[in-house]
Amino acid sequence: MMKTFLNIVFTVALALLFSPAMAEEDSFAQLLNELGGTNLSKKATALDQLAQLDDERVLPTLEALMNNALYQQKSDNQFVFAESAADGMKITSVVTGAVLDEAVSSRDLRKIITNNSLRSRARNLVAATRLMNKKAEVREAAALELIKSPNIEFLQPLDNAIAREKVPAIQQALQVARGAITLDHPDEIERLKAVQAMDGFEHKQVITLLEQRLQKNADGSFVEPSALVRTTAQEVVDGLKKSEMFYKIIEDTFFGLSLGSVLLLAAVGLAITFGVMGVINMAHGEMIMLGAYTTYVVQLLMPNNIGASLIVAVPAAFLVAGLMGVIIERGVIRFLYGRPLETLLATFGISLILQQLVRTIFSPLNRSVITPEWMSGSLEINGFLSLTYNRLYIVLFALAVLFGLMLLLKKSFFGLQMRAVTQNRAMASSMGIRTGWVDAMTFGLGSGIAGIAGVALSQLTNVGPNLGQAYIIDSFMVVVFGGVGNLWGTFVAAMGLGVANKFIEPLSGAVLAKILMLVFIILFIQRRPRGLFALKGRFVEG
Amino acid sequence: MNDTTLINTTMNHAKVLENSRLGWLLNDVAGKRLLTVVLAAIVIIPLLNLLVPPDSFFHVSTYTVGLLGKYLCYALLALAVDLIWGYCGILSLGHGAFFALGGYAMGMYMMRQIGDRGVYGNPLLPDFMVFLNWPELPWYWYGFDNFAFAMLMVLLAPAILAFVFGWLTFRSRVTGVYLSIITQAMTYALMLAFFQNDMGFGGNNGLTDFKDILGFSLQSDNTKVALFVLSGLAVILGYLLCRFVVASKLGRVLVSIRDAESRTRFVGYRVEHYKLFVFVLSAMLAGIAGALYVPQVGIINPGEFSPINSIEIIIWVAVGGRGFLYGAVIGAILVNYGKTFFTGAFPEVWLFMLGALFVVSTLFFPQGVVGIVQQLKQKRAERTAFRTVAQQSGASTESTPANDSKILQEPAP
Amino acid sequence: MKISKSTWLKTVQGAAVAASLSFVSGMAMAADTIKVGVLHSLSGTMAISETTLKDTVLMLVEEQNKKGGLLGKKLEAVVVDPASNWPLFAEKAKELLEKEKVDVMFGCWTSVSRKSVLPVVEGLNGLLFYPVQYEGEESSKNVFYTGAAPNQQAIPAVDYLMKDVGVKRWVLAGTDYVYPRTTNKILEAYLKSKGVAAEDIMINYTPFGHSDWQTIVSDVKKFGSAGKKTAVVSTINGDANVPFYKELANQGVSAEDIPVVAFSVGEEELSGFDTKPLVGHLAAWNYFMSSESPENDAFIKAWHAYIKNTKRVTNDPMEATYIGFKLWVKAVEKVKTTKVDDVSKAIIGLEVPNLTGGTAKMLPNHHLTKPVLIGEIQEDGQFQTVWQTEAEVPGDAWTDFLPESKKIVADWADPKIMCGNYNTETKTCSGQNY
Repeated sequence: MMKTFLNIVFTVALALLFSPAMAEEDSFAQLLNELGGTNLSKKATALDQLAQLDDERVLPTLEALMNNALYQQKSDNQFVFAESAADGMKITSVVTGAVLDEAVSSRDLRKIITNNSLRSRARNLVAATRLMNKKAEVREAAALELIKSPNIEFLQPLDNAIAREKVPAIQQALQVARGAITLDHPDEIERLKAVQAMDGFEHKQVITLLEQRLQKNADGSFVEPSALVRTTAQEVVDGLKKSEMFYKIIEDTFFGLSLGSVLLLAAVGLAITFGVMGVINMAHGEMIMLGAYTTYVVQLLMPNNIGASLIVAVPAAFLVAGLMGVIIERGVIRFLYGRPLETLLATFGISLILQQLVRTIFSPLNRSVITPEWMSGSLEINGFLSLTYNRLYIVLFALAVLFGLMLLLKKSFFGLQMRAVTQNRAMASSMGIRTGWVDAMTFGLGSGIAGIAGVALSQLTNVGPNLGQAYIIDSFMVVVFGGVGNLWGTFVAAMGLGVANKFIEPLSGAVLAKILMLVFIILFIQRRPRGLFALKGRFVEG
Repeated sequence: MNDTTLINTTMNHAKVLENSRLGWLLNDVAGKRLLTVVLAAIVIIPLLNLLVPPDSFFHVSTYTVGLLGKYLCYALLALAVDLIWGYCGILSLGHGAFFALGGYAMGMYMMRQIGDRGVYGNPLLPDFMVFLNWPELPWYWYGFDNFAFAMLMVLLAPAILAFVFGWLTFRSRVTGVYLSIITQAMTYALMLAFFQNDMGFGGNNGLTDFKDILGFSLQSDNTKVALFVLSGLAVILGYLLCRFVVASKLGRVLVSIRDAESRTRFVGYRVEHYKLFVFVLSAMLAGIAGALYVPQVGIINPGEFSPINSIEIIIWVAVGGRGFLYGAVIGAILVNYGKTFFTGAFPEVWLFMLGALFVVSTLFFPQGVVGIVQQLKQKRAERTAFRTVAQQSGASTESTPANDSKILQEPAP
Repeated sequence: MKISKSTWLKTVQGAAVAASLSFVSGMAMAADTIKVGVLHSLSGTMAISETTLKDTVLMLVEEQNKKGGLLGKKLEAVVVDPASNWPLFAEKAKELLEKEKVDVMFGCWTSVSRKSVLPVVEGLNGLLFYPVQYEGEESSKNVFYTGAAPNQQAIPAVDYLMKDVGVKRWVLAGTDYVYPRTTNKILEAYLKSKGVAAEDIMINYTPFGHSDWQTIVSDVKKFGSAGKKTAVVSTINGDANVPFYKELANQGVSAEDIPVVAFSVGEEELSGFDTKPLVGHLAAWNYFMSSESPENDAFIKAWHAYIKNTKRVTNDPMEATYIGFKLWVKAVEKVKTTKVDDVSKAIIGLEVPNLTGGTAKMLPNHHLTKPVLIGEIQEDGQFQTVWQTEAEVPGDAWTDFLPESKKIVADWADPKIMCGNYNTETKTCSGQNY
């Protein structure tokens, strides 16, 4: 107990207390050896005993164990901390703290085998010591960690931390963590205090803990004997549940928007090739796939800058898919204008070829695209609501893409030419616009945007030859539902379908939600045969 | 699609139609040839299979018979699609759904025929229901033990779906790509639904382990040959029916709907009624094809509903020649034979070949195989004509072989 | 069409012959070879998994030929591509048996492909070795199941979680098809028999290739915050796994909080994942590439040499293929013929070493004895064995945890039974047509 404090004392008095340190030395080394054994239950005991030791080397050992960084050298069975270095593994001795080698091969090391229960135990023990950490966010994380696993042994460190803590939010978290332990305290006042400490603390675990207190035992008596504590707990739970419900709606909306932005990203390229140009582009999915594979290749080329690789991948994917789009347009589609149904056949053929091409080059196996640090994890708003970063970025990214595209179409000269060509080809041509060039660029643009979508999707799903197939049908539904030729419609359709889907899903299950969406689209098209936002004008009937 | 040519051919047919009562059939030279070939096949191949000893060179193995039977089912399906796409301009990307529904109706009949010979020996419930603890047979499985009822459902299930879907869609004048995409949505939704085990159709595994049909064991060569002959007959009858429809007055209205829907409506035809009729008819044909297909391949699963399958049907028709009934039959057989051959011969690269086939055929042969043959004929005719003209005047310069490419660049109305 | 029907027919036959020729390795000895059919998808959605198994069989055939073949004859592999299309599986099986007259087939991955092939191999009396874990409830005279039955994978995994991890609440998440449905039914019955209350079991099914897991993971998180240790038993199939694990990691569900034990995620699948978010999650198999045994080292070495890529991994279905092949070879050597009836009689009771240091024995119900290993996923895409059964577990074709299936046994050795679904109550076998 009070390890940190004692550790300080220990460090100061190290020279003086030489002989006890020798005794510690023995037990530390011995427990370490037991930790290196193969019997997992013996390891667990060793871990607990290790945590009891007052030794400054305990904490780094536990942390290394937790992070899978604790190794043994195969040659002399010495315990080391290992971390990746420029050319191999940098190893540091656990016992002496000395750097042993800067570049040792991972083959010469044997990892200390851990399992989930060992690691989570280590995490708890580490959390207890981290309550005194200098950084506020580390302290808060430690407190939240302890709420999840209330254990009487942490009461003392918590009390110490409460006495020192100045940040109110962390103070409350500490109080709740303490309350989680004292909820079954024999003293009614202590229990009441514990319940009151939890009032308004928005965390799922709190509701669970309190609800357990409100249940009845097998013999019909309440778990919580005091009526006063029960009513207080009930009030706290009711209050928390109300806010939980509120956040649940926010969460569902966010889920819906993020599903919507995936749909939007997937569909917006199609809204150009299909919506604006009238090409039933069955190869659209493969353009997405090309973008995803581009991300994979970019990551292969810059393995040390995974964080930046996605940013590089966006323009790269746009170019690769866009170029492929231009090739397809010049090579095949330009001969098929005005025969939309035949573009379906040709592009279907192209999609088969591209799939097989990818299978030949990259093998039929899925490729692993790494999620950079800044895309993983989630933004914790409170205990009820956390928004995952990758979804958050994808929502923003989708909106940015849509905005950029609208800007391009409405404000740029190219956009003007493009609109002119789609509205009246003959007139545009006679005004001096190179319609062929505009066609190629437009198709390239649509394909390029599909490529960008591929970069985003590589962060959510498999990168494999079948990637495109999974999104093509949804993309068509979105474009048609929104109204062919209308980007704004595509946006509303994607977001609408996404949100509706996510609100239906909890009630009906994922499959039925999807079926209902499809049936809804079919029926909706009956009411508005040209989608949500139908284009008006003469050329519509075309 | 080369609409002008289509109109011309149809008008030619129409002209001859007045000459004779059976003109719709007699005038169709290519169709007659095709029917003869199919007829010959379903007479000769069974003989070669059953009577010729297996080691003889002329023996046709049961494996080949099964394969051909499968192609014939696809041909019937292609006919059904060509009827609505080639003659009425309805591009259905969901026709696989009707095919699969027919197949499921047949599958359910054969499932019930298993009776207590399933692995659990349950006289009422199919095996997959037994081990998933279904307490009793769902209501929609009732009646399928009766062959006549099952056959009725083979026709009715697709027909009802087509009627409801068509009635909604054609009445609200959904056309073009919108129609295509929502037919795709329909088959996609059905696929998802049938994949669900809770639907009671066996989920992903679908219906398998069939034992017999009308008491004839599906394992016996005789049954297989009989199914092959039936498929051939179905193709012949289906062809005759479609031919009769397209050559009748109704057929001419359909073509006019395809080429100018609004104009036809203004002239006073109830366009949606015509469309609905032909759509339902086509769905029923597809259902029959599915019902014949399932006992021959021995399995029906929701994969048949997948939108890609439906797109493939369109491709058969396009490769064969849209708007020519015999073209659809030829296309279906050709593409599927290609698939069988390529998957065996070049398993690594066959998708390249298939993909290239589609691209090349749309680019260079917009009318499919039939178009190629006609072009060749036309060229020969022109050459003869040119020669005659040249001999007569000696000054004619430009002939019109570029007829097709000119239309190629013209946008459709 | 100008080509007449008869020439066309010949083309069909010629083409099919040509197709097979292009794969024949030792044509010179065509008359005197033993043919091994390989029925795995090389294109379509299942190519991801099945291509590897095709290569495994080819490697084993090559190895056997180097040793001098079998019964003095060379082995000859005949490869076809059923293209992940279920009716095509039946057609290709027919082609292998009727046209190529193969002596044995190794093939299929999904249950539906096996079900589609089943009537064909039974009708034509072929021999099929099926190398993938599956839902059980089947034992055919002509099929040998070298993958795990549910009692060799699912139940030990749950036992481990219950006893060693102390899991009290269970999420059974699966893709909606027969294997997860059956496995979850069995597990549900098993858990209830162990006293787990119904409200502590959450069952969830998703469609194939499901990619949006936000809601489900959020539900799992909520379900797991009830104060009892929670685990997810995942029968989620193939492509849906990556987005599932990513969502888990992003929503902050770590393996320590809610471990996921998967039955369909092996080394090969992991090679296509970013494994960082998966570390610590579990999988239950009968073989891991990290297993230490001389046979395994030799196998991995041979595999790397054959595929010419030392980065390629090995996995459980490959081991199952290996065992099946070795058993078949041993049985053929024992009876000195490749006749299906003799071989399938002789193979029962034979033992060969498996790759984890034990032995695999073919049981009278056409299933194997197998060890069950639980492994934690490591950052390098390998598994760290954290638990292992002490002895091999005999595969049970008909589970004891479903009422209808409990009374059925399969025994192809006992002359009184001799069928795959003998009902111990009515003392009959039903549906034995062939």
